[in-house]
Formats: sequence, structure tokens, C-alpha cells
Amino acid sequence: MNRFAGTVNLRELLRPVGQMLVFSLASSVVLSLIVIVLALIMDQTVVGETLLARSKVSLLTYTLVNLPQVILDGLTIGFVYAAIALGYTMVYGVLEFINFAHSEIFAVGAFVGVELLIVLQIYGMLEGGSLIGAYTWLIIAILAGMIGAGLLAISVERVAYRPLRGAPRLVPLISAIGVSFFLQDAIRLIESLTTGQFHRIIPTFGNFDERLTFGQIPIGDSVIALGIQVKSIIVIIAAVLMLVGLNYLVNATKVGRAIRAVAQDRATASLMGIDVNRIISLTFLVGGALGGAAGVLYALKFTRIDPFVGFFPGLKAFTAAVLGGIGNLTGALLGGIILGMLETFSGTYMSAFTMGAAGAEYKDIFAFAILILVLIFRPHGLMGENVAQKA
Amino acid sequence: MKRLSVVLSVLVLASLVLVACAPASGDGAAGGAKVIKIATQSPLSGGQSNVGVDIKNGAQLALEQLSGPLTDMGFKIELAPFDDQANPDIGVANAKQIVSDPAILCVVGHYNSGVQIPSSEEYHNAGLVNVSPANTNPRVTDRGYLEVNRLVGRDDVQGIVGANFAQGKGVASVFIVHDKTAYGQGVAEFFKQEAEKIGIQVLGFEGTEEKANFDALTTTIINSNPDLVYLGGMFDQAGVLFKQSREKGYQGMFMGPDGVDSPELVNIGGAALLDGGGIYYSTVSGPASLYPNTAKFVTDFKAQFGADPAPFAAQSYDAMAICLKAIENVAKSKNGEMPTRAEVTQAVRALSNFPGITGTFTFNGVGDPTSSQYFIIQVKSADPAKWSENAVVQTLDIEPPSK
Repeated sequence: MNRFAGTVNLRELLRPVGQMLVFSLASSVVLSLIVIVLALIMDQTVVGETLLARSKVSLLTYTLVNLPQVILDGLTIGFVYAAIALGYTMVYGVLEFINFAHSEIFAVGAFVGVELLIVLQIYGMLEGGSLIGAYTWLIIAILAGMIGAGLLAISVERVAYRPLRGAPRLVPLISAIGVSFFLQDAIRLIESLTTGQFHRIIPTFGNFDERLTFGQIPIGDSVIALGIQVKSIIVIIAAVLMLVGLNYLVNATKVGRAIRAVAQDRATASLMGIDVNRIISLTFLVGGALGGAAGVLYALKFTRIDPFVGFFPGLKAFTAAVLGGIGNLTGALLGGIILGMLETFSGTYMSAFTMGAAGAEYKDIFAFAILILVLIFRPHGLMGENVAQKA
Repeated sequence: MKRLSVVLSVLVLASLVLVACAPASGDGAAGGAKVIKIATQSPLSGGQSNVGVDIKNGAQLALEQLSGPLTDMGFKIELAPFDDQANPDIGVANAKQIVSDPAILCVVGHYNSGVQIPSSEEYHNAGLVNVSPANTNPRVTDRGYLEVNRLVGRDDVQGIVGANFAQGKGVASVFIVHDKTAYGQGVAEFFKQEAEKIGIQVLGFEGTEEKANFDALTTTIINSNPDLVYLGGMFDQAGVLFKQSREKGYQGMFMGPDGVDSPELVNIGGAALLDGGGIYYSTVSGPASLYPNTAKFVTDFKAQFGADPAPFAAQSYDAMAICLKAIENVAKSKNGEMPTRAEVTQAVRALSNFPGITGTFTFNGVGDPTSSQYFIIQVKSADPAKWSENAVVQTLDIEPPSK
């Protein structure tokens, strides 16, 4: 811990990038191996024959050809989950309670960003056509979402959690659930003032919907175009930048040291001259801002948002945080990537492996079954043992 | 602290007294003129509100234009609009409120079959007549309730019409997705049955409530390489699914039932929807301008509400007209006395060759119109404002299937 203030700590910048690479690769390889083994086992059985009859392709080929696309999709949604999960895990690390309003803070971020883009579209600002302009507006929208969500998170903490800080742990939890409902209906009310409709659609601009194609793989009668959408790349890059930034803030700056000190022992930290209330507000600001940015990215990737849009991503991100070991930043990253991968793998392959009996709609059952298994054998989550290092 | 609790309990008592008084005073005000209310139920807020609001507006326009004869007989006709939010629970709660208001003699309503079916159980128990402008699920009328009538066709015909059209376009394989509601799953199953019967290969049949992330599903769709993706569901889900399928590289044709008939579809999905095989939908409600007698309705509607009527607004106008006509018939036969719900219910079913703007209506034994029109429409423009210019590629008059 002998760091010099003022110099950029390269190790702390590179470490999370390395972790992300390792986690992404490891989870891709493990899951790929599992489905390939399953495909090898089932290829000669009735399962493989059913697929052969229906799509004129062997189960093994089907599995292999789809792998790259599935991994890309899984990583994209995994990084979104990870960015939201960080908000849960930071607050848990510092206050040891679960901020269930975080999913609505995510939704508010999405609405702030999308509304800004809609206003820009009305004034014709998005029409310009130049890519630099489009990316600038997108970055501004993400920043607006971060600011809106971050400020909201601070206000929620000030109004709903700080007065309850001495109370038993269940009390702020209930307060958080109340805030969550309140925010949902507040968004609904505000958004329906003008037209009666409370969903919003992100304007189409720039080249975000375009698809970069790397090649074509023939499969049976069909041809799979292997590719990735520009907006998926944006989501992944933005999430990586945020994760690296957060890691640097927490592990390599003075403020980060204060956050870690408050997380370890609030009373002692305040005796050492740390303004605990300020640090807690800051934690909410950072967690909320990450959630808000994730909200705008989510809207960019999936087009349509409504006041309840935060519920499922929030629930999954919370799950990801628990899976990785709540309170642990690296754990949230790992949990998010694993959950996103699991969900996409099961959604894509379940239909083929079950002869169409259980389709993509059951992907969550599978993902959550894995969660239960992990928690049976590792109740503190995958990285939960590093409790002293939380947040 | 003690004083606070005293104040609070006084407030609670006061509000209880007020609540208890409210309905009583409401009834008292109705004493002068004989008030008849006609309720509408449709989604006035939420993702499907652009259609739901126009169902209410169509009914409102009819009430303003056609209640003259009843007003002359000394009745005061009022509209009681309810917002079912496209949600069965809220629809049923509203229905309970509607049946408990004795002044309501007729209900125009519901956009979603999944909401109409449970809500109409309440109307049935109360003997209150319901004229549906938009519900297509067979169960809407197959229960044989005297109280339930509809103006549009049925999904067991619509699914067949859709499948046959697809075959005519050279479709040999289809991937079917539905939204797990009574309506969406229902019409998807009828489409599937007919497709299998006429030799279209069904490559997948999946239900999902997802409205944002279709990554896993679109990968499965691309793999099975269908000529057609059929979605049994509503436009807000269809727009996102179709858009993401195109983004993944799907170039075939899209199709849906009347639930996807809304300009919001292209607003969500964008220009890519029209690429490749294009996008078609089957519906029981053509664009209002298609019917011979709707010219005046479209002009009046535009003048009053500032926009073209959404799908089903013209049917809703007719539904209200039928309610008013039935009430008028009963009131006339009773020399201006207040009609009862049972009499109005009988009178609606008894109407013969009622001249509406979207057709001439006679109801059969279960409340289906004796003949309904089915349309296949091709989406022509990605501009939501040009939705009413979509091309009608097929029109069929079909009688409801007899049981």
C-alpha cells in the first residue's frame, strides 16, 4: 500500500482490464466446453436427429457455428449487468444494506439520456450526419444520464436512508423498496404528462444500428453472418472504461482509500478525520452514475424503455453481485459476465438440446438454478472470501 | 406525540365519513334528468394507449353525434371512460366498479381479449351488455353469453387467413413467437394449426413476455432460417423483436395479427422492417378510409381530435351507435321510461341489419356478427404518419365458424 500521491498508478489501471479479459475468456471457454460436450453426447441420440430433421444440420455443427455470436451477445449483456451490479455492491460494501432503489436509479438514468436525445431530435440536432457529431451527442446523453442518476442517488440516500442509519438493517431495506415503488410511479407520472404514453423510444441516429460483419458460415440451408453491431461494441467499451475508472478511483486514489476505510470501520474512519457522510454520499453518487450510464447504454442496445425497465436488469445485476460475492468489486464484474453468458447460452441452446420443448423463455430458470447451486457450495459468492477488501 | 395521534385519528374518521357519503350524494344529483351512462374500457395510458385512447374517442364522437333521439326523450346521456391499462386485473377492477353503477346500461370495450374475457364475466353476472369493437379471441363469444357481442372477426379465422396468405406468398417455413396472452397465444396457435395443415413447416413455437432483449431468441430464429417470422402479440413487442431480428441479419418476411396494427410499430422498428421480405399483418379492422361510409367519420374525427383515427376507432364508433340504438329502441317501446339492463341486453342481440359505418351488423346466437371482413395489409412506409396509407393486399368476407 505504499503509493505515491500524484503519480498515475499503471498497475491499478491494467489490473481490471486483465481481470475482465480473464473472466470473459474463462467463462466463454468453460461454457463452450460444456455445450460442446453436451452436443457430442446428444448428437447421435434422438435430440440430434430431431435437429437434423428440422434444420438439416448436426447438433455439433449447430453448436459450434453459433458459439461466436452467443459469446458476443453474452458479453454485451454481461457488461451491462456488471455496470449495474457495481452500484449494488458499492453501497453494500459501505453501508451493508441492499439498495433496492438502484434499479429505478438505472431507469431514471435511461430516461434522462433518452429524453435528451429526443429533444435533440426534435430540434433537428441529430440529423447532421457526421459520425463525430453523433458520438458526441451519445456521450453527452450518457453523461446526462450519469449526472441525473448520480444526483438522484445522493438525494435518495439523504432523504430515505440517512435518517435510518442507526436503525436495524431491515428498516432501510424496506425504505429502499418504498423508494423503488415511488420512483417507478414518479417516472410514470412525469412521462405520461404529455401524451399518456410512458414508454420512450431512443431516436435512431449515427451508425449505432449498423452491423460489422466478419464472415459468413453456412449451416444447413441457412447462412450465419457472423458479426457484431456497432452499439454492442459501444456498450462493451463504455462498460470497460467505467469499470476501469471505478477500480482506479477505489484502489488508487485518496478518496478511494477513504471509501475503503469507511467500509471497513465507519467509527474509526471518522476518528481519523474522514467525513463519513461525505464519503457515503460520494459512494451513492458514483454507484448511481454508473447505473445511469448503464441505463442509457441499455436503451441504446434495446431501443425501448418504460418506467419498469429497471426491474429485471436490476434483479439480475443484484443476482450478479451476490453470485460474485456482494461487497466485492471484482466479484460484481465476474458475476455480471457469468450471468450474462449463462443467460445467453441457455437461451440459445436450450431449444436445440430439449428438442424445442423448453425455448428461450426459460433462460432465466436455468441461470438462476446455477445461482442457487453456486450459493449452496459458496454461500459468500464466488469471490466472497475477500471480505476485508470490500469496496 | 399524543396530540399528533389524536389529530391523525380525527383525520382518518373524517375521511371515512367522506368516503361513505360520496356515492350517496352522487346518486342524489342524478335525480333531475334521467341519466344514462355508457362506459368505455380501453388502455388510456401505457404502451398501447395510442389505440386505446382512440377507441374512447371514437365512442365519444358517436355519443355526441347520435344521442339526439334519446336526449329528445328527456334522457341525459353520459360517457364513462375507464382505463384498463391493457391489464386483466385492472380491467376486472374497473368492471366491478362499472356494474355497481346502476346508471351504466352498456359497455363499449376492451382492446385486449386477455382483458375482455375476465372483465366480461363481471358484466355477465350483472346482466350488463358489452359491445366489443376489437376483441378477436374465440372465447370472447364462445362462452355463449347473451351480454357479449362483438363487431369484428375471430382469431380462429384470422389465423387461417394469415397462414393461407403466407402460403400464397411462397412461404415454406415459419418461426412463430407469441406473447403468452390469451389473444397472442390464441391467434398464434390458430396460425400454427393451419400452417401445419397446409404444409408450411413450423420451425419453432415460442412464447415470451420479454420486451427488450431478444438476443437468444433471434439467434435461434436466424439458425432455423424461416421464410417467415410470425408474432402473435402486440405492436410494442413486435417492433422490438422485428428490429432486433433484422439487426442480426434476418432477411425474410414478418407477419403479425391485428395486434401489430399501429403506427408505433414502425416508430419502434424503423426502416429496416421493410427490407427483405417486408412486413404484413392480418387484421379485422381495415384503415378507416377503406370502408364506404367512413368519410364523414374520418373528417369529424380529425376535426375534433387533431389526428387520423387509430385502428378500431371506427368500430368503436359503431359499438357506441349500437348501444345507443338498443337503448333508444327499448325506451321507445316503454314510452320514455328508463330501460333496464336486461332489456338493453336483449335489444342489442335483437338488432337486425344495423347500418354502421364499418358494415351492416346482425349478431348470431353467440354474439358474433353474421359476416366479418378480414384484411391482409402490407406496411408501405417507415414513417408513422403514413400508417393509414398501408396497402390492403387482400380482403375477405367470411362467416364465423359454426360450432
